[in-house]
Amino acid sequence: MPLLRVFGPARDAAGTAGEQFPGADVGAVLDAACERYGPGFADVLRRSAVWLNGEPATRAHAVGDDDEVAVLPPVSGG
Amino acid sequence: MPPVAGADDWVLVTEEPLPVAEALDWAVLPSCGAVVTFCGTVRDHSEGRDGVVALEYECYREHASPRLAAVAGSARSRWPELGRIALLHRVGELGLSEVSVVVVASAPHRAEAFDAARHCIDTLKATVPIWKRERWAGGSDWASCAHEPREASDVSR
Repeated sequence: MPLLRVFGPARDAAGTAGEQFPGADVGAVLDAACERYGPGFADVLRRSAVWLNGEPATRAHAVGDDDEVAVLPPVSGG
Repeated sequence: MPPVAGADDWVLVTEEPLPVAEALDWAVLPSCGAVVTFCGTVRDHSEGRDGVVALEYECYREHASPRLAAVAGSARSRWPELGRIALLHRVGELGLSEVSVVVVASAPHRAEAFDAARHCIDTLKATVPIWKRERWAGGSDWASCAHEPREASDVSR
């Protein structure tokens, strides 16, 4: 199963830093996460970028067992 | 601590205090007459929030350093004459006045060194997957001045 990693406010909303979700594409993984973590996570997701294996991705990108989907809320380094 | 001999970019994400003096020394080259160092430090307030006592930084560990390297690459494509670039970011909990980020850029002349250092810190803040949580006496929350993450190659000068 693909691994979902979540950071910053998304990690707070999820209550975890990451876990595996079933799904054949990025959208399915995100939908499964929203279902498990609830509307607070969905709110953060709406204002977040999504990466697949370190590169920006769309919901339509296909994913497999070794893939990593990441939810990146607005960044604030510096 | 600096990169392997011959490398002219030094990127680092660490929980240890940042080696500011070492980065400055490393960036000095015979061909460069200008070295600009920028340090970002922990401030006691942010927009609409007073009494900040600490910042806690977290990062997407596997991709923070590659994104720092992309920032350096974007500076080199704009200023090919740059000598060395150091981009260092600290993560974990930092107290007031501690250094959270260091940018060092050396170049033959000061104009490119200043411009490149400014470009690097601005691009770093917009592209590198790092988040900070502000802590004050009564609580804590994620920094409100955040940027939707972009790619270094897409950030205009």
